Amino acid sequence: MAIPDATAGRLEWRVATVVDVRDETPRARTLVLDVPQWPGHRPGQHVDVRLVAEDGYQAQRSYSIASPPEDRGVALTVERLDDGEVSPYLVGELRRGDGLEIRGPIGGYFVWDVALGGPLLLVAGGSGIVPLMAMLRRHARADASARAAVPVRLLYSARTPADVIYAAELERLADPPAVEVVLTFTREAPVTWTGYRRRIDRAMLEAVIWPPSAEPHAYVCGPTVFVESVASLLVELGHAASRVRTERFGATG
Amino acid sequence: MRAEKIHLDGNAAGGVLRDVFAHEMTAALATCGGCGAVGPVGALLEYGQPMGIVLRCPTCDTAVLRIVRTPSLLRLDLSGLRLLTIPA
Repeated sequence: MAIPDATAGRLEWRVATVVDVRDETPRARTLVLDVPQWPGHRPGQHVDVRLVAEDGYQAQRSYSIASPPEDRGVALTVERLDDGEVSPYLVGELRRGDGLEIRGPIGGYFVWDVALGGPLLLVAGGSGIVPLMAMLRRHARADASARAAVPVRLLYSARTPADVIYAAELERLADPPAVEVVLTFTREAPVTWTGYRRRIDRAMLEAVIWPPSAEPHAYVCGPTVFVESVASLLVELGHAASRVRTERFGATG
Repeated sequence: MRAEKIHLDGNAAGGVLRDVFAHEMTAALATCGGCGAVGPVGALLEYGQPMGIVLRCPTCDTAVLRIVRTPSLLRLDLSGLRLLTIPA
């Protein structure tokens, strides 16, 4: 991968082409982009997306990359925020064949790759699953020995089962004890659901994750309040703050 | 009132920081000029404003980096930053 190109120098805006769109949930859609001269990316990185109106007004947002570096095309999963300026267009109007201005990949802190090792602890709130999915997909495509060396646990908090992004793929990727996927529903769950039905709290973390002695690399992504709460709990439980990486998803639209 | 509203963190500033610095900056370590806390730029708290961003120290709330952008200029206020260590 062309890491030197990807990490030094000014990032140019490029016009990507939408080659596929996939509805993930009623509110979230994946856009697969063909990006000219894409230098490759690391799981956890994002791109900036820029929309320019006819009068010159610009709106810019950051969206996480959901696809692993091995995939052709760069997949972004975008959740629609109804009063947003950018996401309603990306989720509702953009079609296959359309162009989209992006720059990236961006980020060197909230990234994971096989070389960093494990165990790998992923904690997602809502659409915070997106960059963590790139990590999980990267892990799934690694060779058997690399996979075996890095056990993964994903704890994913969603409002209802219908809000779970990548639900079918998560079910397929789950392979305990190597890859464990634990869901918790905070608003509504089917009566038959036997799993968690509350916000992530200390007791849930203690039950689901490794002890600090296992020295997991933790990646926490979600809304600000979610991230602060989970990151503080992890540190309270004895995990080194330097091994808890955070990314906040804001409702900026 | 349009108060500063926290929405994101320093990860989201990675793109605009590349307009200023030659390197990927979210993994760079920032030493806060207020309290001396050291942490990755990606973990600073971002307070968005219409014309720019403020990145604040998660420990003491000092404005570590301020970036203002207009069509004709880009201003970087680093008065709250003691040291920036950029991994090679």
